[in-house]
Amino acid sequence: MKSLLFSHDKTGVVVLALIAGVTLIVPLFNLIFPVDSPLHFSAYTVSLLGKYLTFALVGLSLDLVWGYCGILVLGQGAFFALGGYAMGMYLMRQIGTRGVYADPLLPDFMVFLNWKELPWYWFGFDHFWFAMLMVMLVPGLLAFVFGWLAFRSRVTGVYLSIITQALTYALMLAFFRNEMGFGGNNGLTDFKDILGFNIQSEAVRLTLLFLSGSILIAAFLFSRWLVNTKLGRVVTAIRDQESRVRFLGYRVEMFKLWLFVFSAMLAGIAGALYVPQVGIINPSEFSPLNSLEIVVWVAMGGRGSLYGAIIGAVLVNFSKTVLTGLMPEIWLFSLGAAFILVTVLLPDGIAGLLRKRREAEA
Amino acid sequence: MKANSLKRFNGWLALTLLVCLWAGQANSQEMNPQVTLLDSLNRLKQGAMADREQALEQLGEVNHPRTLTVLQALLNGKLYQVASNEQLVIATEISEGYQLIDAITGEDLGNKPRSEVNKINLTNTIRVKLRKLIGQLELKSEDASVRLAAVNGLIKATDDNTLALLRQMETTERDETVLEAMQMIFALKDLKSEDKAIRLTALVTLKNFNNQEVVNRLNVLMEKDSSGQYLETDADVRKQAKLILSEINARIQFYSILETLFFGLSLGAVLVLAAIGLAITFGVMGVINMAHGELMMLGAYTTYVIQQMMPDHLGLSIVMAIPAAFLISGLVGIAIERGIIRFLYGRPLETLLATFGVSLFLQQTVRSIFSPLNRSVTTPEWMSGSLQINDFLSLTWNRFYILVFCLMVFVLLLQILKRTRLGLEVRAVAQNRGMAKVMGIPTDKVDAMTFGLGSGIAGVAGVALSQITNVGPNLGQAYIVDSFMVVVFGGVGNLWGTLVAGFSLGIANKILEPYAGAVLAKILVLVFIILFIQKRPSGLFPQKGRAVEAK
Repeated sequence: MKSLLFSHDKTGVVVLALIAGVTLIVPLFNLIFPVDSPLHFSAYTVSLLGKYLTFALVGLSLDLVWGYCGILVLGQGAFFALGGYAMGMYLMRQIGTRGVYADPLLPDFMVFLNWKELPWYWFGFDHFWFAMLMVMLVPGLLAFVFGWLAFRSRVTGVYLSIITQALTYALMLAFFRNEMGFGGNNGLTDFKDILGFNIQSEAVRLTLLFLSGSILIAAFLFSRWLVNTKLGRVVTAIRDQESRVRFLGYRVEMFKLWLFVFSAMLAGIAGALYVPQVGIINPSEFSPLNSLEIVVWVAMGGRGSLYGAIIGAVLVNFSKTVLTGLMPEIWLFSLGAAFILVTVLLPDGIAGLLRKRREAEA
Repeated sequence: MKANSLKRFNGWLALTLLVCLWAGQANSQEMNPQVTLLDSLNRLKQGAMADREQALEQLGEVNHPRTLTVLQALLNGKLYQVASNEQLVIATEISEGYQLIDAITGEDLGNKPRSEVNKINLTNTIRVKLRKLIGQLELKSEDASVRLAAVNGLIKATDDNTLALLRQMETTERDETVLEAMQMIFALKDLKSEDKAIRLTALVTLKNFNNQEVVNRLNVLMEKDSSGQYLETDADVRKQAKLILSEINARIQFYSILETLFFGLSLGAVLVLAAIGLAITFGVMGVINMAHGELMMLGAYTTYVIQQMMPDHLGLSIVMAIPAAFLISGLVGIAIERGIIRFLYGRPLETLLATFGVSLFLQQTVRSIFSPLNRSVTTPEWMSGSLQINDFLSLTWNRFYILVFCLMVFVLLLQILKRTRLGLEVRAVAQNRGMAKVMGIPTDKVDAMTFGLGSGIAGVAGVALSQITNVGPNLGQAYIVDSFMVVVFGGVGNLWGTLVAGFSLGIANKILEPYAGAVLAKILVLVFIILFIQKRPSGLFPQKGRAVEAK
């Protein structure tokens, strides 16, 4: 494991170290320094950093399928949102009687819609373990069914991208419906507790940040290992010459399928970490634009390098935070420009740029 | 009844006096219609109730071409009196004051501020009578369509007086549709007759009418009263009514299928318009243009701007907008192709990303220039409203025009690809780029022109969209997924496939809508396409032969 890490590339290690640094230093500083100290991170910063880390995780999940297998998924946001909804449902159940209507059984929005009982798909979400299982199972299952159908009938390239976009669009329309039982337009919000702890408290925020960072690191290391196994090599070969791999006797669709399912589960986990940190999940997370933004993070960071996705996600989101704060109308211009410039001038993204520089030095 | 006649008697006394008075006046004026009109209008304005009624009756008799216009103005509260000289005028409200025309002569009197005219107010009793009088005058109108409308207006409220009037009118009526409408009213009346035979004949007459009132009345025949007795006592009549009702219901069903078909086709037309430009850029060139929706948006905004420039010529502005939108979107398209896409040929996924960047750029540009709020484009009169075929089938004009427009654009595009030099070159490049180049076709130029053509058609689609939705920065996004679905469903590189796919998806959507609701219908259609593509990845009409290999 160690040799694998260090022999491959330095940038990956640097990125890893940075994430580990943030994951450890922020909670540590906040424990050591008092609230009024300048070294104490505000609640806003902690949530923001935590959010970036979850974005990095979903970027990483997309890089696995796009960068290593050449499947451009324009619906990665759907898996992210599904994970988020599973987490949101657990958090809704934790509200209990503290809602506006104080109904012992139903969440507020169901009381508002005059529903009498909890829909069947809400059962079990009172338990944390069940919700966590669903966070991975629901996106995984969707990816499995979708991928099984798509890869078996050899839908590739642009077609696949477009139908993944249609998938997330259809889900968005579905979740906007009140009848679906997921809070419709407003989504799920007003969370109070997670595992009995106040979700607004600093300790929970720090824990979530720490968890996001640790899971990101773990996912990064695991993915790194995965792409270097035989499975990873076959997957990369599929990206470059799909039919040749098939002629060699590999069952291409199976490799694609399992990678796709794994990536969807990662995205689901990212969504589950994201929701308690921002305090809301609504159908706009399914919007095709969100999924496309994830693609931009990866494209900008450089696909097929894993750490590139992390750099891209953090960088793009940081600029989004800054720009939307300073002058909101500039944000879409710069995002648009980023799309164009990266694809035309920087096909390998920032990671490619770094690699080239190192090669020039060597 | 008794109290009523007593009142009438009292009124009669007062009236007789007044009539004598008035008769003297009238005689002295030698019954000039214009003077009579003016006089009775003046008497209508104020005075005793009976006097006003008398004036109304007189208005019914007066034979002056402007009577109906003036009375309608009066009913709609548009009849005014100039304060200084008591001249009667019809006023139209404008931004400052009123625009006036003389009520009697129709002469234009220019504009006047609000303070110089007084509205002529009506009591409710007068208004009811006035409405009836107008109805009667309309029945006598020269124009058959006015007569028809008047007759149709009487279906629900027929009293003996109007019925008598109608019977009288029937003898002189020449227009067949008006006659039919009259016959329906008579038949409806006959349904209440004591005589069973008359009721049965009335039922036979009613069989052929597609009218909601007929259905309602027939349904009433089947109903039972509170004691469980049928309202229609005769079993034969009930049986006959049931038979006829089921016949009419079958017709209603047929019309509702027709209507669904029409709305499906019109939705399909919108989809085809949105997708057909994409079919060229995506199908012929293999370029995924995510900015396609925004090119439509530009077309819609072009319509808006042109309409702002010529607010007095709504219809013309729409017609002008078509070439303008084609040019603007086409030029933007060519700029996109020359500036970005030509560096990305052979990398379809990258074109997808880059053009998505363009779409964000265009959206924000429009948002910065026109504000993020929706702009509304006014629909010219000939495009608004609907064609009412009967009570159960009405087709909205704007949808109808879009359907026609869509087919025109389709045929035109097909002809361009089939018969022009550009079309030939486009097809050659699509089939085999290398070979086309060897044969001396300037592929670069052809690429730019093809992309421009596809984009221009997107702009034209935007003009059509501006007539049915709000024009806003997000207009394009709403259609992009749909239009990709249509192209992919129909089979890439096949214009006919796009046409069939668009129409069938539109119809499927409209068929599902009543059962599932609009949103769920859309979701179902999307899921269907997703599954369909799994089964047949190259769409309904896959390309065959060499075209496949060239890709």
